[in-house]
Amino acid sequence: MSARPVLEAIAKLLVPYILLFGLYVQFHGDYGPGGGFQAGVIFAAGLILYALAFGLDKAMVVAPPALLRPLSALGVLLYGGVGLVAMLNGGSFLGYDHLAADPIAGQHLGVLLVEFGVGITVAAVMILIFFAFVGRSE
Amino acid sequence: MLLTLLAIAAVAVVRLRDLFAVVMLAGIYSLITAAIFVVLDAADVAFTEAAVGAGIATVLMLATLALTGRWEAKPRHRPLLPLIVVTITGAALIWGTTDMPHFADPAAPIHQHVAPRYIEEGPKEVGVPNMVTAILASYRGYDTLGEVIVIFTAGVGVLSLLGLRRRRSSAADASPSTPPTTSEEPPR
Repeated sequence: MSARPVLEAIAKLLVPYILLFGLYVQFHGDYGPGGGFQAGVIFAAGLILYALAFGLDKAMVVAPPALLRPLSALGVLLYGGVGLVAMLNGGSFLGYDHLAADPIAGQHLGVLLVEFGVGITVAAVMILIFFAFVGRSE
Repeated sequence: MLLTLLAIAAVAVVRLRDLFAVVMLAGIYSLITAAIFVVLDAADVAFTEAAVGAGIATVLMLATLALTGRWEAKPRHRPLLPLIVVTITGAALIWGTTDMPHFADPAAPIHQHVAPRYIEEGPKEVGVPNMVTAILASYRGYDTLGEVIVIFTAGVGVLSLLGLRRRRSSAADASPSTPPTTSEEPPR
């Protein structure tokens, strides 16, 4: 029996939906409000709620810092990589028109990938900063 | 109505000495700001404000309070001189807004520059229904790349200053690349 049963039960209920909403905001950002930055912070907020309810050690098992650190760089690389691929295909840096045969399809693909890169970096950095702060206080 | 609540929260933040209450009020302030953004139809910004301002920033401030202590020290200086300086600066800033275009004036320069082109050509050129995403990710791709690099740099900075605490159990085998947590006291 845990010391904070209400908090843990509520967190258990909410966290999956927050994470799912984060993914929805990420991949539906082209059509509705949202995008990579919003999705990243919502996803990070879900994991931070988990850490607040269940403690830092369990949260570090769920989201190991050894994984988050490369992920925070991977998002930036994905963003820059999309720009470079557009350049290799004959366009300008971040000119998504050249990512696919059809400019509109290229724009869609470019926006989706770039936003995904933003989301990865933002979520990883937010969780890492939280871990760093809370790790100090404990 | 919302702006009144915002002003009350702001005054309370300034007056209170209990930093725990100040952090909570700052979170409420952000939540009210997010509500104002929703009223202004800026749902994208409202998301960010609610998640970062009311959520993550509040948690980080609470974590900082756990390190520093809950009560603000009594100020040692007289408030009169700073009050005069702030009043003069504020009055000058408000006076400066008198030549700005009226709020939400469609003829304002900011609505006449590139915005009409984005609104008219965006759906044809980018084909993404959410115009905010189209502008941020496509037309302003360089700016957004810069922002992501700023966030990444912030993360690198915090981690190199604070470091990550090793997990109490099975840390060595799980994360061999964890930088050595600074066990010595931080410089004060």
